[in-house]
Amino acid sequence: MTVSAAPRSGVMREPADGGRFGEFGGRFVPESLVPACAELEEAFRDAWSDPAFRQQLDMFRTVYAGRPTALTPAWNLSAELGLTLLLKREDLAHTGSHKINNVLGQALLARRMGKTRLIAETGAGSHGVATATAAALFGLQATVYMGERDMQRQALNVFRMELLGAEVVPVTSGSRTLKDATNEAMRQWVAAVDDSHFCLGSVAGPHPYPWMVREFQRVIGEEARRQVAAELSTGVPDVVVACVGGGSNAAGTFAGFADTAARLIGVEAAGGAALTNGTPGVVHGSRSLVLQDEHGQIAEAHSVAAGLDYPGVGPEHAQLNRSRRATYVTVTDEEVVEAVRRLARTEGIICALESAHAVAWVLRAAGTDELPRGSTVLLTLSGRGDKDVMQLRAGVTA
Amino acid sequence: MTLRLATDRPLLIPYVTGGLTPDWTGYLLAYQDAGADAIEVGLPFSDPMLDGTTIQQASDRALQRGATPGAILDDLAAMRDRLHVPIIVMTYANLALKLGVARFAAVGVTGLIVPDLPLEESAPLEAETEAAGIDLILLAAPSTPDDRLAEICRRSRGFVYAVSVMGVTGERTTLAPAAFSLARRLKDELQARLPVLIGFGVSTPEQAAAGGRAGDGVVVASALMRRVLDGANPSDVRLDVVALRAALDGGESAAQPYAEISGDRR
Repeated sequence: MTVSAAPRSGVMREPADGGRFGEFGGRFVPESLVPACAELEEAFRDAWSDPAFRQQLDMFRTVYAGRPTALTPAWNLSAELGLTLLLKREDLAHTGSHKINNVLGQALLARRMGKTRLIAETGAGSHGVATATAAALFGLQATVYMGERDMQRQALNVFRMELLGAEVVPVTSGSRTLKDATNEAMRQWVAAVDDSHFCLGSVAGPHPYPWMVREFQRVIGEEARRQVAAELSTGVPDVVVACVGGGSNAAGTFAGFADTAARLIGVEAAGGAALTNGTPGVVHGSRSLVLQDEHGQIAEAHSVAAGLDYPGVGPEHAQLNRSRRATYVTVTDEEVVEAVRRLARTEGIICALESAHAVAWVLRAAGTDELPRGSTVLLTLSGRGDKDVMQLRAGVTA
Repeated sequence: MTLRLATDRPLLIPYVTGGLTPDWTGYLLAYQDAGADAIEVGLPFSDPMLDGTTIQQASDRALQRGATPGAILDDLAAMRDRLHVPIIVMTYANLALKLGVARFAAVGVTGLIVPDLPLEESAPLEAETEAAGIDLILLAAPSTPDDRLAEICRRSRGFVYAVSVMGVTGERTTLAPAAFSLARRLKDELQARLPVLIGFGVSTPEQAAAGGRAGDGVVVASALMRRVLDGANPSDVRLDVVALRAALDGGESAAQPYAEISGDRR
């Protein structure tokens, strides 16, 4: 990893003052939390320019999280579709998804800031498990807020978190899902800012989170850029595709290719498509595109993939959409379930329902004007499907 | 009518969640009758990040009843002739920005509190409210450093809202020690240019009296909404506000009369 070579301005570099990505982003938090956000911004800025911190993070990424993750050509599916499809295997990272990248960075930062506890929100449980994992490794306490409904849907992940020593707190307000868990985590953070770090799981929330989390996920895109260059004579792929809920794996992936000619495609769940169907709004600390009713009440998202069951999206994606640097599309639950099966049968990889959104788009678009035959595609497989097999077996689609 | 809080007694601002019950405007009249100096009306939001259990429940119940920001403002407009005290709307940025300042001004709202709009984000709304004759009331917290506190005092209109505790809204057994030090810092900074109102966790008449001595008055929300959620009607809650009023008036007051208050544009 090159530290000093990274330019500070440009697409997917530092946001403008106040954490702005065009008209999106910002820091819409209660006054009580402003000093904590400012302290975090300063600490991140300091750590991120400190080679010792970067080396330490690299070490944990390598010997603990299993990075770099493999780039696997999808040989059989490529042949069937008439494409060159390359899979960035975040499913092979420790804890089974890209979430560990962000959490290792934030936990190290929390320790550097002298915090003793991590507070986190989780939807499907992947971020909660990753947070509990990093907390165990670094000797921090972890309290994870999870919607009561999600706790029922993802009971196994609740057990995993508890096994790792984390406290999982059910959230019974609102829709009892990820958005309510996020509200509750922020409420608890207000009361515990002195000793606790809010370990937010996506590129959402108040400044500096969208920027910081993207930087911690940038490793996906930077690794993939090098790996793809070795694989393709063209150096960069025609298309880079990733699923988008809050958008952290997509942001990390896109960051590695923002300065290339590659088309960037984000795939949302049809029932949680803030970029496709949302309107500008303020939720969870930043201005972005949000699913909301005419009065401004935040809507509930609905997706087969609990990790994409979120009515908002990271503000940088809203800006990439506005500037047309990235294109955002949707796929349905049915297409997603079919994509899991197809990838499993053709490549022997059971991917997460979230990641299958990206696969589903490739399956649909292949051979059309959107994705002509002969195209080269990098697809980030953000997580593995172990957590979803019970749901798939039960035939549950929402 | 503009938000004018010139008074020689400690100020009392009770709160009600708009649309909480079919007859919710009855609470406005009860508060006014019980001696409120102004009334804070909450527009319920689906994701109230700074609210504890009670206001969350009140918001949820109002939304389940079908309350909308527009309908609540219409209810306020219908009450205009009967309300003599200033009405301050409290709501989150997403609703406030969507409604727009003109909508508040049209129904006679004189003050606005948007708890998730800190200094870094509030400038556009400050300008719009100023132009519309509405006071945008800024909040200060125990964690606010001195330079920010001075900036908040400089830019706030109507009064400065002192968040008494590092936490969310909700009843507490005692008024946090942080409330007293924050109120002191604000009063030192303001030099009586604006009143300091203490809120978050002011639940009992005793706490109100203590808040009235430390600052220039109190905002009482969760304690009243707990009563309403438990079924108290306007005349029941009126008695609670009467008790708060009496406790405030009986306490030794450090409050000063304000010769000129921002927002008084008569």
